Amino acid sequence: MRTSATITRPPTPVAIRMRRLVSLALVHAVLIGGAVFMLLPFVFMLTSAIKPPGEIFEATFRLWPRQFYGWQNFESALSTAPLLRFLLNGLIVCGGILVVQLLVAIPCAYALAKLKFPGRPILFSLVLLGLCIPVQAPSLPLYIAFAELGILNTYLSMMMPFFLSVFAIFLFRQFFKSYPDEIIQAARLDGVGEFEIVWRIVVPSAWPAIAAFSIFSVVAHWNDLYWPLIVVSDTKLATPPLGMMYFADSELGSNYGALAAGATIITAPLVIAFLIARRHFIAGITMTGIK
Amino acid sequence: MAGLTLRGIRKTFGDTAVLNDIDLDIADGEFLTLVGPSGCGKSTLLRIIAGLESQDSGSVSIGGTSVDHLRPHERRIAMVFQNYALYPHMSVFDNIALPLTMTRLNLFERLPLMRHLSLRRRRIMNEIAREVRAVAEQLRIESFFHRRPGQLSGGQRQRVALGRAMVRHPQAFLMDEPLSNLDAKLRVHMRGELTELHARLGATMIYVTHDQIEAMTMSDRLAVMDHGDILQLGTPADVYERPATTAVAQFIGSPAINLFQARVGPGGQVELLGRTLPIEVRNAPTPELTVGVRPEAMRIGGGPCAVTCRFRRRENLGSECILHFDLVASPEVAVLCRVDNGIPIPEGEVPLAFEPRDCHVFDNNGRRIEVESRNAAGRDLRRASEVR
Amino acid sequence: MNTVAAQVTPLDAVPPAGGQRWVERFAGLGFAAPAFILLVLTNLAPLAALAFLSFTNYELGALDFSFVGFKNFGAALQDPVIRRSVTNTLLYVAIVVPGGVLLSLLVAILIHQRKRTRSLYEVIYFLPVTSTLIAMATMWQFLLHPTLGLINQALKGLGFAETAFLSEPRLVIPTLAAIGIWQLVGFNMVLFLAGLSAIPRDLYEAVDIDGASHPIDRFLKVTWPMLGPTTMFVTVTTFITAFKIFDTVTVMTRGGPGGASEVLLYAIYLEGFQYFHMSYAATLTLVFLAFTLVFSVLQTFILDRRVHY
Repeated sequence: MRTSATITRPPTPVAIRMRRLVSLALVHAVLIGGAVFMLLPFVFMLTSAIKPPGEIFEATFRLWPRQFYGWQNFESALSTAPLLRFLLNGLIVCGGILVVQLLVAIPCAYALAKLKFPGRPILFSLVLLGLCIPVQAPSLPLYIAFAELGILNTYLSMMMPFFLSVFAIFLFRQFFKSYPDEIIQAARLDGVGEFEIVWRIVVPSAWPAIAAFSIFSVVAHWNDLYWPLIVVSDTKLATPPLGMMYFADSELGSNYGALAAGATIITAPLVIAFLIARRHFIAGITMTGIK
Repeated sequence: MAGLTLRGIRKTFGDTAVLNDIDLDIADGEFLTLVGPSGCGKSTLLRIIAGLESQDSGSVSIGGTSVDHLRPHERRIAMVFQNYALYPHMSVFDNIALPLTMTRLNLFERLPLMRHLSLRRRRIMNEIAREVRAVAEQLRIESFFHRRPGQLSGGQRQRVALGRAMVRHPQAFLMDEPLSNLDAKLRVHMRGELTELHARLGATMIYVTHDQIEAMTMSDRLAVMDHGDILQLGTPADVYERPATTAVAQFIGSPAINLFQARVGPGGQVELLGRTLPIEVRNAPTPELTVGVRPEAMRIGGGPCAVTCRFRRRENLGSECILHFDLVASPEVAVLCRVDNGIPIPEGEVPLAFEPRDCHVFDNNGRRIEVESRNAAGRDLRRASEVR
Repeated sequence: MNTVAAQVTPLDAVPPAGGQRWVERFAGLGFAAPAFILLVLTNLAPLAALAFLSFTNYELGALDFSFVGFKNFGAALQDPVIRRSVTNTLLYVAIVVPGGVLLSLLVAILIHQRKRTRSLYEVIYFLPVTSTLIAMATMWQFLLHPTLGLINQALKGLGFAETAFLSEPRLVIPTLAAIGIWQLVGFNMVLFLAGLSAIPRDLYEAVDIDGASHPIDRFLKVTWPMLGPTTMFVTVTTFITAFKIFDTVTVMTRGGPGGASEVLLYAIYLEGFQYFHMSYAATLTLVFLAFTLVFSVLQTFILDRRVHY
């Protein structure tokens, strides 16, 4: 097998160490290069948010401004656009969507995983079909229906299309399927009704899946632009991305410092949440694995 | 406590019949074991009694009244599962208390937050705590009341599962292989504890296992099942001494019984490998027979009942040993012989003898046949066994 | 297996026994009902309506409409905007899919071997996934500004000519694709990292003993084949995400310059929700669905299988 070509003199310890150092340096060079690209807009956003207008586009980039202008930028951002209102809207919409999604999907997923009832195979096929349909596809008829009902420009219209998450049903069903049947049967023998089995027995054990899905759902709907853009024209109801768009379009769009400050405020909640609960975010993405 | 009656229980899954027309009477306070190889239908039968699965036809009565229309918890039976089925997110105390809280508190009193509004709840919870404690004392599990099942050892979980069953004072205990997840030493210990518990509570217990030693050591009676039928129902001694079929004979007893092909001679005598044995059968449906002799009934040496075998190897069990032989007449048939460790190891071909009364004779369908054996002198005729 | 059993059980066969069976049926139907109703209301009925609309000439607010057969489909095929949108979308996908998959694989492999710095790199690369793309797109717009932007100043400093990334028709889609990759890499990296952790260590030890100790050998003999299912899944999700490009176009280019960055979802948005050509937009949505369907089905199939690994 081994030819003479592969039998070379064993390398000296110094050579081995050198080779290892070079490859380590190379790996870090690549990773740091990528990291600079990844962080570029964040660094630019944060530094611009504390720079006076004249310094933002200076030829030499500085991390810290000569003149600290942070207060003025954040103040003018907050006074021109109701940024905190956007955040509150985002919270209401994401929270409302998530709560209904969980309330609807968990019992359905339990029924699909553990109960025998007529129509179960059909329902599961429909869930799989639903997984194949991108959220943007039903938006046109939904818009027409909402317009006819006169509920455009309401929180309900912003949340309603997402109340049913086929993905949540799918994910929880997989999770519940691996839940031991014996415990459910023991609960039945102990006199626990099916409704209480779901919420008292099974759900407490499913929190990793629920946490994973919650992260997935909040990230998706906090950052969604398409649907709010369609149903909302009232600035007061704008979610963070939509608000950011209005903000950038307004006459303040040329006040780059304030715009960067606004972008910081819009981006901060999720990014901070991610930095705090990093493990859960990554575990959640690994488990859900879909956008 | 109450007895149970099963009548004509049938169950199929898709095209496969799991239970064929099962009739069974279980006396009040009896320890009855359903034993058989995996897939024989014993667990399904237990789950039908519990109401977790419904039979296709037939009926289950507990204490003389039919429970077919009742849901599992309404049947007032308790079940101990193979994997214990403890609620992983609840403490030991909550696990044991749950059956009581479910029956004694109403929905309003069970709701989070809302429950604190009820004055009645506090009184009932105190009552429940007292009962849980009483059960826990019997099982010696009070010391880990506030731990979760995940923090307990297998034996401790087993006790908690028993406690959850006991606290309801059920009409009957159903146990589905409750010891199979324990290590060998603990299993022997828990066997003793369960037997003592049965004696103390005087409760009706139906116990499912595939382990014939558990079945033999613990039960008042056992029902040997295979392919959805009860092959034999009787006391452990009955089943061991007078197995109704070859399947029962092979399943009960360790090491397994030796089976030899034999024929009925012209006078009704049994002919084994060309030798006429001093036993006679009447009413044999066909000339082909199977003769079974348990390894512990065989000894090295000649006699009127003997087969010639070649020694292969010895398995040492400490106080005794199992000798493995091949039948010389047809070497693919293995013959086992269980003897004291003291005896000298044979070499080459030796005769292995057994008493006529230790012979179990079966017809070619494997059913037991009435045997009349003559002792060595050839006079005294006596009935050795009869078919149930 | 269970589903088959449920199908086999005839619905009208009243069992002689077993309250439990009826409880399960009742509870099952009750638990599934809200989800089923919402599924019909927000997914299935709209989809049917979409198909219906595409054969009409309905416009929002119109009192009357009529059936026009395949006229909308014919119009879509002839429409230069739609043709451009499809081409641009496909070009975008053709850059983002290989770029997003291969770069994230590279990053994942490099990060996977780090010990102390691993979590730091993980955070940095994942940051764009959680950030609001609209806000970050605005920042990219600044960075890419033809004269004042940091990137152009850096290029100038290195002796290159100023480049108008977003207003040069040839460059706009690749630029948007770069931002798309920027947003995706962290997400894919996390999936690849999970796949890498699932590779048993003894496979690498075995391949070392067998003489393939060079990193490239290790990659070709163990890593790449073992990552096969993950790579497949990542590719499919990346395709679907890329095909749905909308945010960056809306904020940064609005289809410009001169339609060079018009993409399918943006065209649907304009036709449906700006010009209110509902029937035409419905037709375009069906086209959009047709493009993604193969990949969505594939994704669902993998998701369904993945659990059994």
